[in-house]
Amino acid sequence: MKAFTYEKPRTAAEAAASAASHPGAKFVAGGTNLLDLMKLEIEAPPHLIDVNGLEFDKIEKLPSGGLRIGALVRNTDLAAHETIRRDYGVLTRALVAGATGQLRNMATTAGNLLQRTRCPYFYDSYQACNKREPGSGCGARDGYNRQHAIIGASESCIATHPSDMAVAMRLLDAEVETIRPDGSTRTIPIADFHRLPGDAPQTDTILAAGELITAVVLPPPLGGVHLYRKVRDRASFAFALISVAAVIQKDGSGRVALGGVAHRPWRVEAAEALLPKGAKAVVEVLLAGARPTPENEFKVKLVERTLRSVLAEAKQAQS
Amino acid sequence: MKARDDHDFNRRDFLITGTAVTAATLLPPKARAQDAVKVPASDPSLMAKVSFKVNGEARELELDRRTTLLDALREHLELTGSKKGCDQGQCGACTVMVGGRRIASCLTLAVMHEGSEITTIEGLGTPEDLHPMQAAFIKHDGFQCGYCTSGQICSAVSVLGEIKAGIPSHATSDLTKPPELTQGEIRERMSGNLCRCGAYSNIMDAIQEVAGGVK
Repeated sequence: MKAFTYEKPRTAAEAAASAASHPGAKFVAGGTNLLDLMKLEIEAPPHLIDVNGLEFDKIEKLPSGGLRIGALVRNTDLAAHETIRRDYGVLTRALVAGATGQLRNMATTAGNLLQRTRCPYFYDSYQACNKREPGSGCGARDGYNRQHAIIGASESCIATHPSDMAVAMRLLDAEVETIRPDGSTRTIPIADFHRLPGDAPQTDTILAAGELITAVVLPPPLGGVHLYRKVRDRASFAFALISVAAVIQKDGSGRVALGGVAHRPWRVEAAEALLPKGAKAVVEVLLAGARPTPENEFKVKLVERTLRSVLAEAKQAQS
Repeated sequence: MKARDDHDFNRRDFLITGTAVTAATLLPPKARAQDAVKVPASDPSLMAKVSFKVNGEARELELDRRTTLLDALREHLELTGSKKGCDQGQCGACTVMVGGRRIASCLTLAVMHEGSEITTIEGLGTPEDLHPMQAAFIKHDGFQCGYCTSGQICSAVSVLGEIKAGIPSHATSDLTKPPELTQGEIRERMSGNLCRCGAYSNIMDAIQEVAGGVK
């Protein structure tokens, strides 16, 4: 681990100011991904800003009927929250499908969004990886890519985003609230938050340097049946090969988002109009333009079959 | 027959003495308010001070800022019950409780825990005063090499607390109701604690005995 200086600011303003005065500084909260990357020197921030203890640890109901989730709310607490379980069940399901009890106790809402890919070529400093070292190439493209992206990828990177929570957030049209070093704030729709790799895979999100997530806002509840189906090599504690998040209404309409298939949660609103027509029709639009590799080609069919199963489960739940 | 004299230290005596010495060193050190081990750092500018409570006792450390909580506990405080299995949060051998919640101590820095209340396996029980979960692990032979065991026990105790507190898991069928105390729930919640020896079924037996009334 490379050396760093460390501080624990008492206010968000202090945290933002510290980010401004320490180029390359990183915020740390749960540390469940950052510390892992720091041990491997994939991340080497010269300055760590510990944001634990700042005031963003609450979940509050909004006058609009939506919910503001503080950036520091632990994954365990978010999943267990009564309103989330009752009105945003897909989010609880997604959260508890990920990681382990120990990690969910540490991980935060914001940190979960910001976690980086687990592509083994990204993780291995001896392998070519444009995300880790721009211009070095992509070892996964012609290497082992069974778990990698089937859509939205580029010549320079076929990594996937590993988060389950982010898929549910995308499904729910969440918005990410931030504060920047100059003190200004903004709201970023989750659909815009994560980037596709393009020719700059080293940049995962559209956040500016030193920009701190303060909260994630959810719109009012959708109703309907909430499902998160995660298909993986093990029954627990494994990343998704593919996952399907769905909210299905009584009339068969609804929303669908996919995990494990791209550099960010994958949702195509135009495909959702076809939900009453069934999985095949939806997936034709949802995965239009997909370019799987020979090794991960199976994901295309797997998405369709999983969605079919999810829709059947939703129908069952409604009868 | 030659009479035994004081210098006749035979094999039986050797084994008895050896076992006693080994057993004494394996016993966790009694709680004491003495200084932590001073682990030399290569560069004094890397050092930081941190104070927290471990197993009810206030401890103050001066250490390299990069020291994980796991290394602080093991190397600086000589609480070697918690183990370093993978050092990347994937095996659970480093599981301890902070603020009453189980965490992977290898994935957090000591300096991030100013004022924290930490419980390690040593704080759960002692050979003279075993925690019921420790007693159950012994009774049901819930370990072979013992390396994962500290983490298994800390997790198991936490798992039962998490179910009681109504925290849902992947195994919970109805999110609008409190999770049920079932084998499926325990298995799912223990999935973050790996056991290369494969003592899982006995670990389950031990946890079920302590939980009581598992479906």
